[in-house]
Amino acid sequence: MKLSYYPGCSLQGTALDYDQSVREICRTLDIELVDIPDWNCCGASSAHMTDHEVGMRLPMRNLLQAMDADLDILVPCAACFQRLKAADKTLRENPTFWDVKAYAPRLQIVHISTFLARAEILAALRQKVFRPLGDLPIACYYGCLSLRNPRVTDAHNYEMPETLEQIVTAIGARPVAWSHRTECCSGSLTMARPDIAEKLVGDIVTAAKRAGAEAMVTDCPMCQANVESRQAPESGAPAGMPVFFATELIAAALSGSYPARQQKVHLISPAVLANVIADASTRKEDSA
Amino acid sequence: MDKNCISPDERSEKFLAKLKSRDIDVQACYQCGRCSSGCPIGDFFDLNVMEVVRLAAYGQEERLLHSHAIWLCAACETCATRCPNEIEIAGLMDVLRELALRKGITPAEPRIPLFHQSFLGSVGRWGKAYEIGMIANYKVKSGDLMGDMKLGVSMFLKGKLKLVPHSIEGKSEIKEIFSGKGKEYDR
Repeated sequence: MKLSYYPGCSLQGTALDYDQSVREICRTLDIELVDIPDWNCCGASSAHMTDHEVGMRLPMRNLLQAMDADLDILVPCAACFQRLKAADKTLRENPTFWDVKAYAPRLQIVHISTFLARAEILAALRQKVFRPLGDLPIACYYGCLSLRNPRVTDAHNYEMPETLEQIVTAIGARPVAWSHRTECCSGSLTMARPDIAEKLVGDIVTAAKRAGAEAMVTDCPMCQANVESRQAPESGAPAGMPVFFATELIAAALSGSYPARQQKVHLISPAVLANVIADASTRKEDSA
Repeated sequence: MDKNCISPDERSEKFLAKLKSRDIDVQACYQCGRCSSGCPIGDFFDLNVMEVVRLAAYGQEERLLHSHAIWLCAACETCATRCPNEIEIAGLMDVLRELALRKGITPAEPRIPLFHQSFLGSVGRWGKAYEIGMIANYKVKSGDLMGDMKLGVSMFLKGKLKLVPHSIEGKSEIKEIFSGKGKEYDR
């Protein structure tokens, strides 16, 4: 399988490891990723929130760059996904309004969890798991932008999504039932109003702990950074809640290793995953 | 809301026409309140979401442009997703923020548009977001030099912040976008 790939800016900066894990598991699953040539920033929330024209034209340029290849576009970042979808819809409706002669490619824009939760990919994951995640109780956290607004994202179960649960189940973790799966963490406000981000993140993490989760998993680089960085360590909480990328868990389960350099990028100790992988490894050796 | 008296004399027809051109049908609101009850940041708003929609339907542009709510909205789209009349409420917030900036109205939450402008400044310059440049620019503009210093240092030490910006080839196209392509037609 061959796909166009739009990493987005976060995956070249704060979430560089997300990009590495996406590429690693796609190699393992025999999926070829072709980066969109000379892609640019999608504008994220800041563009559409303050300037409609710029907020549409930035993601549109990427679609026009991807049009010739006309392969489905795989997007790991929830914000990029939503902006590309918005631009794609608008451009299909009225290309000349945006100074484009014609725009009707076959390509679809696919968010990573929707892709990984396809039946054939789940089957491949189950088959290729080397170290299953030992029933690790985990809270699947979707946040906002891969789901909302469904008139833009075309998400089916936008209030009760299941893709992350299906993915982590396939690699041997145990998703918990909890309340805040699609609540906003206020990533777009986190720098200017950290007090709001701390309140929202606090509520989300408390809900995940209440449900018995030992870790969270997400598919959004802003959620990952925000939820790890805005947990208030000085409040005397015994242990923070690490937030993993779904692809990070998959890479660990498929390769059977969770390297120290990957552990180091977390702001909250990811020991819980390192221990699960180490345990699984000991059990494998015992039974060998 | 401290002032509940609304005069039709204050109705902005231009604002209502703008909403119409963007298919934001604020008149369809029957005040069920789902937007306000689901808003994750509503506790911090001065006007609740339904009040924003209602004031928009009355064309009360000025009051909305001076509100905190339009800046505190995080664009999570919960309101628009749950609106039974499919009113594009998050799109309404976008229009209000853009109008406030175009009109040069002092924002009730000055740091938030400064953050957006710092972010977009780096995108306009390089074609991609450049985190350290954007953060430095925001810190200088907002005067919030010390906030999150520990977090920033920790992220830098973890290799999450790159010193050198990634730049794209087609920077002239990005420049064209930021110099107002399309807006010649008063959009």
